[in-house]
Amino acid sequence: MTEVSLLTLFFTFFKIGLFTFGGGYAMLPFIQQEVLHNSWIDEATFVNFVGISESSPGPFAINIATFIGMEKAGWLGAALSTLGVVLPSFLVILIVAQFYLKFKNSPLVAGVMSGLKPAAVGLIAAAVITMVQEVLFPAAFSWDVFLGAQIYVSLAIFALGLWLLLKLKKHPIFIICVSAVLGIAAGYIFGL
Amino acid sequence: MLKNKDRLLTLFLTFLKIGAFTFGGGYAMIPLIQKEVTENHKWLSDEDILNIVAIAESTPGPIAINSATFVGYMTCGVVGSVLATLGVVLPAFIFIALISLLLQNIMDIQAVQYAFMGIRAGVLALVIKALISMYKQCPKNLVAYIIAGLAFAVTLLTDISILYVIIACAVIGLVTSMVMKKKEAEAK
Repeated sequence: MTEVSLLTLFFTFFKIGLFTFGGGYAMLPFIQQEVLHNSWIDEATFVNFVGISESSPGPFAINIATFIGMEKAGWLGAALSTLGVVLPSFLVILIVAQFYLKFKNSPLVAGVMSGLKPAAVGLIAAAVITMVQEVLFPAAFSWDVFLGAQIYVSLAIFALGLWLLLKLKKHPIFIICVSAVLGIAAGYIFGL
Repeated sequence: MLKNKDRLLTLFLTFLKIGAFTFGGGYAMIPLIQKEVTENHKWLSDEDILNIVAIAESTPGPIAINSATFVGYMTCGVVGSVLATLGVVLPAFIFIALISLLLQNIMDIQAVQYAFMGIRAGVLALVIKALISMYKQCPKNLVAYIIAGLAFAVTLLTDISILYVIIACAVIGLVTSMVMKKKEAEAK
C-alpha cells in the first residue's frame, strides 16, 4: 500500500470537492478513480469502505473522505481529508451567497450547468452500475452467485426499497431501517 | 444578543441532527433541511430553499454541505455558515472515524454484517431515486443525451480522469448554449 502524506490527502480531496457537481454520488467514481489509481487501498478494502459509508449517517463524500483519511493517516488524516472535501463547497457558497440571484440567473452559469447536469447523470449512472455490481456480486461476477440466497435477498430488499421510496414516498431513514431489519432476519433465516 | 446566541446554538443542533439522521447522501437530506428550516423553525421560506437547492446544485461539492453553508449564512451570517456546516459534518466524521478504528471488531458481529447487507441493497434504491431525480432536472435534448452518454461510457470504460470529463462536459454545455442563443438571436 502506498504511503500518503497529509498534504496529498488534503489536496486530493480538495480537488475532488472542487470539481464534483451534482452531489455526493457524482463524487463516487471520482474518489474511486483517484484512490484506486494511486493504489492507496486495494479494491476489496475500497468496496468495504463504500458499503459501510453507504450505511452510515451524513453526506456520502464526508464519509468516504473521513474513511480514507483515517485509513492512511489516522485522526489527522481523517480531519484533513474531510476539511479538503468540505472547503471548496464552503468557500464557493460564501462567495456566491453575496450575489446569488445574479448567479442563479447568469447565462454563463446556465450554459455550464447545461453541460454539468447531464454529466452528473452519466457519472451517477456509472456509479450505480458499480454499486449494483458490489451489492449483487460482492466478490466478482459469477453464475454461482445465482445458486445462493443472498442475491435474491438483496434484490428483494432493493425492490421493496424502491417501492417504499417511489410509490409510498417513505422517508429514506425508514427504508434504511427496514433494509437493516430484513437483512438481519434474512441473514439468520438463510444462514448467509 | 442572547437571542442570536440561542439561534446559533439551535442552528448548530438542527444541522447536527440532520447530519446524524440522514443516511445515503445529500439528496436524502434536502427534505429534512426543508422541514427543519421552513416548517419547524421558520427561518427561511420555501422559495428560499428552492433557491438554495438550485445554487447548491450549480456549485461544486456535496449538496448537503452547500445547503448547510448557505442556510447557515442566510440565517446567521458567516458564523452561522461555519456552525451549520460543522453540524452537518461532525456526526459523519465522528461516526466514520470510530467505525474505521473499530472496523474489525464490528465486522466480526454477525448481526452487523447482516444489517449492512440489507442496508446496502436498500441504498441501491436510494441511489436510483437520486439518479431519477437528477434525470428529471436534466435538460432533455440531443446535446444533453450525448453528454450524459459520453460521461457514462468514459467513466465506466476508460481510465480517463473524471476531472477532464467534467471540464469537457462544462465546455460542451457552455459552447452549445452560446451557439443556440446566437442562432435564436439571428432567427429573430
